[in-house]
Amino acid sequence: MSGALLLLADGRFPAGGHAHSGGVEVAVRAGLVKDADSLAAFLTGRLHTTGLTAAGLAAAAADGFDPTGLDEAADARTPSPALRATSRRLGRQLLRAARACWPDPVLDGLAAAHPGGAHQSVVLGLAARAAGLAPAEAALAAAHESVNGPATACTRLLGLDPYQVVAVLARLAPELDTVADAATRAAAEAVRRQDAWPLPAASAPLLDLFAERHSAWKVRLFAS
Amino acid sequence: MARALTAAAAPVRGELPVSVARIVAVPDTREDHAGTLLPVLSGAGPLALRRLRAGRGPAPAEVALVGAMAAPLGGDRIAVTARVEAGARLRVTSVAATVSLPGPQPGPAWYDVELTVAAGATLEWLPEPVVAAAGSHLQLTTLITLEAGARLRYREEQILGRQHDWTVHGRPGRLTSRLTVRQAGRLILDQQSDLGPGAPGWDGPAVLAGHRATGQLLTVGLPFTEPVPAALPVLAALPGERESPGEGQGAVALTLPGADARLLLAVAPDGLVLRRLLTQPADPS
Repeated sequence: MSGALLLLADGRFPAGGHAHSGGVEVAVRAGLVKDADSLAAFLTGRLHTTGLTAAGLAAAAADGFDPTGLDEAADARTPSPALRATSRRLGRQLLRAARACWPDPVLDGLAAAHPGGAHQSVVLGLAARAAGLAPAEAALAAAHESVNGPATACTRLLGLDPYQVVAVLARLAPELDTVADAATRAAAEAVRRQDAWPLPAASAPLLDLFAERHSAWKVRLFAS
Repeated sequence: MARALTAAAAPVRGELPVSVARIVAVPDTREDHAGTLLPVLSGAGPLALRRLRAGRGPAPAEVALVGAMAAPLGGDRIAVTARVEAGARLRVTSVAATVSLPGPQPGPAWYDVELTVAAGATLEWLPEPVVAAAGSHLQLTTLITLEAGARLRYREEQILGRQHDWTVHGRPGRLTSRLTVRQAGRLILDQQSDLGPGAPGWDGPAVLAGHRATGQLLTVGLPFTEPVPAALPVLAALPGERESPGEGQGAVALTLPGADARLLLAVAPDGLVLRRLLTQPADPS
């Protein structure tokens, strides 16, 4: 039980996530996400791909893995330039909020090493560590973030019934635990081997396609 | 260097031998000769290697991968390694698609590819697609190591099921893959995908959305032509976009971290459309 975890994972934590749709804005406009069922399918895919990858990076950062190596690993796991830019922008905003909450020389060092922003998942893990949270909690926060943002965005994009949307998230909750658990075990192995190789690198082709297309749109509701 | 093979083989290593086919390409340094020699060209297990063309002058030496028996079947462990030394040029193709089939016992097959390209060397790795037949599970692991200044064209195509699989079984097999690329010691691409029955969300709107084929073309240090948006009707025309409605396909060119590395990523309804999306003007057909 941790108040710090609830704070870090809260959608109202001022880290800028509310302005991003995680690809669902394109999926909605393409007609691929149109109701609660297709939203659930989208979120399942996102959770088990980029969500798992982010959870592994966050857990490894919280577990004390060298942040520079994790930043390189995150770059390689993000082939879309639009998504790399988004991740660093969100990382910078999250780091600002985290330094205000949990002053820590490691966070100061990260900010100095990455003036343009470090990857969001790496910052999340280090913020969790600074807040006294365990790697498993960092992984859970990252997994939560990977579905909560797009679900909220979808309420606005489709005008879906918020009760239906929150029910979708509730049904996904056990899978969040599974993903966070797999990410935490992988992170422990990465730390033991001092090698990022065991960390998940799961990807989804359409999320990369969506992100590049979205960045070319002139008119959009969300920043990504 | 043996990390991909070791890591991927770890779960059951010792139970079954890994058949490793090997290719080594070196520059021909004899007087009055220029080109590429293949001092090592050895097939193994179900993988035979055939020399299609000697590498004379600037033309690459060409090798074809030949599936000499039905493989991979569940439980198989096959591997191929290619090393291109400084100044050499190698092109590798295959004569047919690699069809992953279920084996006598349930369980996956493993296929490991390890490619090493030295500074000033060129590797074109352009095999036919991997096709996952219903009931099969293939774990494909590719590790590419590039020295600074190495040139690469690498194509990977994954087809979820043959027509037969969809008609008879209503589902494809499963393809789990990882592609890891290092350039001058830096990790520039590390990507896993898990597609087919048993992989959560694989057919949903974040991953393939009903497409049956996906693939990528990685180009490092070689000419790269951007896909023309008008020729690539992506998914469907969306309001506010200029592309015309298409047949449910899409491709995007991604600039990777690292030097001069581009990834052309595509999803398509079938293998033919996928190949069209992933073909560069300079590629052999």
